Amino acid sequence: MKESVLFERVILGSTEEAKDIILQLVNLSAYFCESRIVKNINLAIEKNKVTSIMGPSGCGKTTLIRCINRMHEMSPGGTTKGEILLYGKDINNMNAIEVRKKIGMVFQRPNPFPTMTIYENVIAGFILNGIRLPKNIMDEIVEDSLSKAALWDEVKHNLGKRGIYLSGGQQQRLCIARALAMKPDVLLLDEPTSALDPKATAKIEELIVQLKESVTILIVTHNIAQAARVSDNTAFLYLGELVEYEPTKKLFTIPRDKRTEEYLTGKYG
Amino acid sequence: MNNEVIIDKIFKGSLRAVGLVLLGIPLLLLGVMFFYSLPSIKAFGFRFIVGQTWDPVKGMYGGLPFLVGTLLTSLIALVISFPFSFSTALLLSEYLEGGILANMLKSAIELLAGIPSVIYGFWGLIVLVPLLRKLEMTMGIPPYGVSIFGASIILSIMIIPYASTMSREVMRLVPGDIKEAAYSLGGTHWEVIKRVVIPTSRSGIFAGILLALGRALGETMAVTMIIGNKNQLTFNVFEPGNTMASVIANEFTEASDTLYLSSLIELGLLLFVVTAIINFLGRKIIERYEIKGDDGALLNE
Repeated sequence: MKESVLFERVILGSTEEAKDIILQLVNLSAYFCESRIVKNINLAIEKNKVTSIMGPSGCGKTTLIRCINRMHEMSPGGTTKGEILLYGKDINNMNAIEVRKKIGMVFQRPNPFPTMTIYENVIAGFILNGIRLPKNIMDEIVEDSLSKAALWDEVKHNLGKRGIYLSGGQQQRLCIARALAMKPDVLLLDEPTSALDPKATAKIEELIVQLKESVTILIVTHNIAQAARVSDNTAFLYLGELVEYEPTKKLFTIPRDKRTEEYLTGKYG
Repeated sequence: MNNEVIIDKIFKGSLRAVGLVLLGIPLLLLGVMFFYSLPSIKAFGFRFIVGQTWDPVKGMYGGLPFLVGTLLTSLIALVISFPFSFSTALLLSEYLEGGILANMLKSAIELLAGIPSVIYGFWGLIVLVPLLRKLEMTMGIPPYGVSIFGASIILSIMIIPYASTMSREVMRLVPGDIKEAAYSLGGTHWEVIKRVVIPTSRSGIFAGILLALGRALGETMAVTMIIGNKNQLTFNVFEPGNTMASVIANEFTEASDTLYLSSLIELGLLLFVVTAIINFLGRKIIERYEIKGDDGALLNE
């Protein structure tokens, strides 16, 4: 019965219909040493939707999603409290390595492996885990992942080139392909376009919307317009607290909380 | 012209002058050494490099034994020291972040670089040579004690700090975001080191090895005290030998005639050239493995 109680508790706003929930954060707090960066967050992430986590700099957005693939605990002094349930199972009780294979991540700055070719970068997850696959299967994974990341047509004749020779936007899509190659259930995007120009940003945003068919996406952004453009649901975080979590349209048109309204109208950010 | 522009010009000019002086020093060094080795170059020509006999009494000077001695001691020292320098570098850059052990280890390694080489020589004579003699006796070979192998061991300890510090620094410089990317794909610490940290820093690791090799090639005092100073061509590392640097140090004061002195200086020239060649080759290898930075898109979007 625990599940249904949680369900009631974590769905904020309207609960008129049962939703397909893949990930639930229950009373999640994150710390750096003594200071609490993320405070008691309850959040239910819908499957095959794009959920954006929005908020001003320093509000704990990045720390929050770094908890979800257990990267936060690798930072010096990083600890968490509370539960993160993936399909109802707490990831904190799972092997961190396995969690990271199921929950992929793309970072603020494109970070392809500099010593690897484009091809190797895509299958880097397999290389890193020492998984050897037949050549034809690897070829398939590479083509499939690059196609999903909308990069295949641009690089298919240059798979042997180093990944760092691509442009910033291409590098970021390569990083997306690299994460997708592991067939994750959830993809975490940590301000994936903050280091990119507007054209490359538009391309990534377009890609995010396409990708939700195959993977659940959680995107951190401090760009209000981006949250509005790509996401189905939006959570607004302020000073480590979850202020509001609603379908994006609703949050942007009739914000319930005054702080949300102020943020949307540019009072702080 | 206003004052600031003049000051700027003077500053730039003096920097340039310092640069030119530094460029001139090795050239001058090379020129002087070449000039003083002329008698020996004229007398022996190429035979100086391939000649095996070094006999001041007969006036025969062949440098091959010392060339071989130098390369042999340095390479063996490199092979012995690499596991130590590499693992301490890895330990300090990846596993120990601060803490007493890390600081102590770092200081110990830096201390190794600061010990005067004559102390290493003493230690070698008092501790290492008797040990080697015992080892040689149990192996049933002539127990010289002083030998190429002994010199290599001393050298290997002396060069650890150079390779270790350099590798440690390049490993620490591997960008954190690349390592994070590897962790986010489910890599374990060891896998991240093997697949990301080492490949990314390999050119720097190699540069450290090269620095250590340069140090080993030219090391004089400690080697002179332990190698046995026998002017013979040998590939048996348990026999005494000599290196270019140590023969110069040993015989310079007793070089009575021009040809003898000139031959010793030519050995110095040879050491200079060998070091330069190895440095040049090393630089080529480093360039080949170097990770070029992000210099824009080669493929257009």
